[in-house]
Amino acid sequence: MIKVALIGAGKMGISHLSILGAHHDVEVVGVADTSKMVLDVFKKYSSFQVYTDYEEMIEKAKPEAVFVAVPTKYHAPIVKNLLLKGKHVFAEKPLCLSTEEGKDLVELAARKGLINQVGYHNEFIGTFREVKRIIDGGYLGDIFHFTGEAYGPVVVRPKQNNWRSDPAEGGGCLLDYASHVVDLINYILGPVTRVKGTILKSFYSKNVEDSVFTLLELSSKVSGVLSVNWSDDTYRKMSTSITIIGSQGKIICDASELKVHFKTSDCPDNYTKGWNVKYITDLTQSVDFYLRGEEYSDQVDYFIKAIQKKVPNTINNFESAWKTDQAISLIKNNIN
Amino acid sequence: MERILYGDNQFFAVNHVSEEKSRAQSIKFKSDDAIIKALNHAIAAGVNTFMCTTHDRIANICDIIRKRPEKYEDFKIYPCMPYAHKYANAVTELGIAGTLREYVPGNILGSLFKGGMAYLSKDYLSIMELMIDAEMKMFKGIQTPVIFLQNVITDLLLGLGMGNVLKAFQEYVERKYNAEAGFITMNMPKLLNALEQVGIKNPIICTSINKVGFRMSGSKEAYQHVLETKKVRIIAMQVLAAGAIPPQEAIEYVCGLPNIESILFGASSKDNINETVALIHEYDQKYQLMEAI
Repeated sequence: MIKVALIGAGKMGISHLSILGAHHDVEVVGVADTSKMVLDVFKKYSSFQVYTDYEEMIEKAKPEAVFVAVPTKYHAPIVKNLLLKGKHVFAEKPLCLSTEEGKDLVELAARKGLINQVGYHNEFIGTFREVKRIIDGGYLGDIFHFTGEAYGPVVVRPKQNNWRSDPAEGGGCLLDYASHVVDLINYILGPVTRVKGTILKSFYSKNVEDSVFTLLELSSKVSGVLSVNWSDDTYRKMSTSITIIGSQGKIICDASELKVHFKTSDCPDNYTKGWNVKYITDLTQSVDFYLRGEEYSDQVDYFIKAIQKKVPNTINNFESAWKTDQAISLIKNNIN
Repeated sequence: MERILYGDNQFFAVNHVSEEKSRAQSIKFKSDDAIIKALNHAIAAGVNTFMCTTHDRIANICDIIRKRPEKYEDFKIYPCMPYAHKYANAVTELGIAGTLREYVPGNILGSLFKGGMAYLSKDYLSIMELMIDAEMKMFKGIQTPVIFLQNVITDLLLGLGMGNVLKAFQEYVERKYNAEAGFITMNMPKLLNALEQVGIKNPIICTSINKVGFRMSGSKEAYQHVLETKKVRIIAMQVLAAGAIPPQEAIEYVCGLPNIESILFGASSKDNINETVALIHEYDQKYQLMEAI
């Protein structure tokens, strides 16, 4: 059993906690949060040990690994502290608010030889993994261009008051929403290295942007468009998609459906020339415990397996999340 | 419970495999009339139970049903609460405390937060009860013999080891609404265990059951084992695995399993509704006949 603790029992923290609570190889040894109400609920209705001070929890509960799901501005100091104490760390996304802080964490985790992961769940969605497989296999030929998109109904009226509406704490559509798409683009096509113009637009929010429209260039010189809007209430929940055009074909993919067009018969097994449609039902395996989507369980399981040395610590590690932070910083620095 | 239950995913753009289809459904069911028409097709096919989430638009549907008591005399609704995306999006926007402030009726919560937990500080279950009442308001005057907890909440509580809260839900809907509690889950074997541990016997559980094992957490075999050996009232959902299995093959598989009390399905058109209902009857008769022989 791996002893795991959680810092920050908000929306993502509670979701991780439930998945950890049901995991065969995990013993949850503590939950730390600053909200008395949340801790009170756990004290009363669960068997988790709760703490108001996370350092006291680390001291007393002695976890081997810690999930950090606090507002982004606290990631750097807390994660650093945990790494110095020799704990494996799963942090929520984005990694840090500044690329210098992120670099420190990447180096520290490597130096200490600790498992490190960030909660970009798209990489664990079957359709996107299949896209990665097709691209890595070279089946799309030379990549010309991509479009990465995400739309959803987070801020759909002029009213909000939590840390997500405070840019200093890591709020805003770019850090909270667009980061997912940037990370997915980095994962599938290689890192964003130049930004050729950005529009950050607010529709309802006073202090942060509600949308991100930007032109990107990757290390491979492939160009692309990022279009993200969290104020689109024609969507029931966040919807992320990527379109990739290459010399040998085209991919249109979201979390539930993959459409691929191949120009010739030179395509992967189970695909043919012309349009192919695959659904998430074909591309996903059942998980041991399902909460909000297979990907949320899979990412936690991958982290635990990395600690057990059953998988390499390569997907969504601090380094890849730091590259996403770098892209976010480029996007911010190129506002037109 | 009736053998066949009619679901509502198609009305609210819930499609597990295609965003395009889900948008097409949104367009098709833009008007309440379109929903009522589909419901009437289901009723004409002999399906009198509508299992639906507590989406805002269901309130309009309930108004229409209340106005025609003679037409909908035998009609029942199984509410499934909460409509999770409403709360999930609110939590992203307002935080947990802000969401409670927004959605829990009355001013008890206002005083709770303002007074720094002075009131009611140890009784969160009464907050849950207030939220259940808020969700149930729209069904006043309509038969709701079974009230369900949505899978995202059931499974969240399951993972957190809060079986006692599931028990509190069951006791409250029984006491206040004279209804049976039902639990929707993606983790049926685990949930049944947890429910038995808190003393809920022979529970109503609605869960994914299909030939390809889609969303059958643990394994399809673990589900089949529970069906063969345990006392539980199962409603099978996602029997077509979001379209991955052809209808005939899908229904043949589910009808052949023991302990499945009901089958939940959603379909948009009259033809699809009739086809599914006919298939279930056909395979039920076939298996009954085989058993008799």
